[in-house]
Amino acid sequence: MSPAASERAAPYWLTGPALLVFLGLVLIPLGMTVLLSFYDWGQYKGIVPEFTLKNWREVATDSYFLEIFLRTFRIAILVTLLSIMIGVPEAYILNRMSPGWRSMCLLAVIGPLLVSVVARTLGWALLLGPNGLVNQGLIAIGLIGTPLEFMFTETGVVVALTHVLIPFMILAVWASLQRLDPQIENAASSLGAGFVTIWRRVILPQIVPGILSGSIIVFALAASAFASPAIIGGRRLKVAATLAYDEFLNTLNWPLGAAVAVLLLVALVAIIVGSNRLIERRYAQVFE
Amino acid sequence: MSHLVLEGLGKSYGSAVAVEGIDLSVARGEFISLLGPSGCGKTTTLQMIAGFVPVDRGRILLDGADLAAVPPAKRGLGIVFQSYALFPHMTVAENIAFGLEMRDVPKAERESRTLEVMALVGLKGFADRYPRRMSGGQQQRVALARALVIKPSLLLLDEPLSNLDAKLREEMQGELRQIQRSIGTTTILVTHDQHEAMALSDRIVVMNQGRVEQIGAPDTVYDRPQTSFVANFLGKTNLLAAVADGSGHVAVDGFRIALPGAAAGPISLAVRPERLVLAEAGQGFSARITNRVFQGAHWLLSAESAAGALLLTRANDGRAVPAEGDTVAVSFAPADASLISERPSP
Repeated sequence: MSPAASERAAPYWLTGPALLVFLGLVLIPLGMTVLLSFYDWGQYKGIVPEFTLKNWREVATDSYFLEIFLRTFRIAILVTLLSIMIGVPEAYILNRMSPGWRSMCLLAVIGPLLVSVVARTLGWALLLGPNGLVNQGLIAIGLIGTPLEFMFTETGVVVALTHVLIPFMILAVWASLQRLDPQIENAASSLGAGFVTIWRRVILPQIVPGILSGSIIVFALAASAFASPAIIGGRRLKVAATLAYDEFLNTLNWPLGAAVAVLLLVALVAIIVGSNRLIERRYAQVFE
Repeated sequence: MSHLVLEGLGKSYGSAVAVEGIDLSVARGEFISLLGPSGCGKTTTLQMIAGFVPVDRGRILLDGADLAAVPPAKRGLGIVFQSYALFPHMTVAENIAFGLEMRDVPKAERESRTLEVMALVGLKGFADRYPRRMSGGQQQRVALARALVIKPSLLLLDEPLSNLDAKLREEMQGELRQIQRSIGTTTILVTHDQHEAMALSDRIVVMNQGRVEQIGAPDTVYDRPQTSFVANFLGKTNLLAAVADGSGHVAVDGFRIALPGAAAGPISLAVRPERLVLAEAGQGFSARITNRVFQGAHWLLSAESAAGALLLTRANDGRAVPAEGDTVAVSFAPADASLISERPSP
């Protein structure tokens, strides 16, 4: 091979291994799942490789599935909003800290990611249960008479998921805050802007990309989360991920489970790409 | 009455003193430079005037009123930052109009004043550009326009030209000077560039280690440095070891000149390289040329003498230039020598 030709081939060789992994571990299983969702299934005959729209018709028309999907995205939206509301100020404060304190607080922020999902979620269950610390504390100070329902409620799932996913928001927003000119607040303040105006007119528009990328990660992970909804939501409160799991492993109706999983993926991609487009257009100057 | 007065201004970070005992009074319309090496406290001083850094000791008076309790947003000062700190998500016109918007200036007036100031700084036709689509020099003009449009009582410039290349910097210096003259805003410039300070200012405040070394007009500070720091920081200089007899005369290695004001004993004299001249034998003190460098319009000569190492320039005017190793007589006019007083170290 001539040197020029081998230089031209280099990118392919360099990306080849990763491409193979991606192909083998993501694209092929994904394609097989899509295919599976068009297969037939029966209680006694099992999976039959015959093309049918039965699963899709069932998922699209049965209000049971609609309810689960609505719940899934309601939870994901709430978790994303909560992460923005708590994470953005937290990232701002983190950014203003002295380096020593900042690294300590960063560790505390990333902490949840270092604990296994199951252990962390069980911890939440202990805390939020009818006899958990939160309820006991609230009863002790006389705020409530009977234990609040956290376990097996959407509120509980939202609280637990927010705790798990908020580091992604904080890190994304922090990264965009670091790109801000350190004097930009002083500049706005010297021109007569108060704290609220500085935030609204100067800081927020500049960190929109960070909030957006944080939101995409949080939203996607919240909508496809399994462990937290499974443990805190329990059997009563199904979301798309636990539904697919049940179809696969309890009902053994793999084709229906595949249809649910594919629908979840398609809906996620559509929502994320759509909102991304919308926000990028709205804040076009910041994304250059 | 002075427009801006600093009284015994001081600032410490923990046990480290950043600024100490700054006394300065600035007349209306004056252009003042705070000049010094990095870490000399000039930026801290500016930040205290702007209100970004709280004052630990002393007072700042603007038009006679103490600024201590006035937050930065209410001081009404125009500030140009070293990094310009433009709002990247706003157009040039939006950047400039921001301060007017904060003051609730009606839209029509806002637009006319924005256009006016854009013409002043030479930004006509750039209204709808975004800052990141502009060169450093243009961004600098936007920053200046944004600070000027609010008609500030004081214009503070924090190393505004340090991010520009040499040629552009010189151009901007001229323009800055001319704009400041035409609008007459009292201006304080922070810089570490002696040429910039000398070219722009009415008066220079030379700072070192948080203190003021000398305040004066550029030529005075250059010609009559009062401390060895000033003598060395502003241009090249020769510090000559000399002995004063206490009765108005000073001797440099036997070369006697009349220089009143020196107490008897060893002293230092500062003489600029261009003021040292080669004299007839016996009419100066002797020195041995150690090196000579041709620089086109003049020669740069290094020499050794009993009074210390010397640096002198000699115009390339066709006369013979002493060679390396030659022994020459060096002298200077009494008026060209400054008596250096050493500031007791804190």
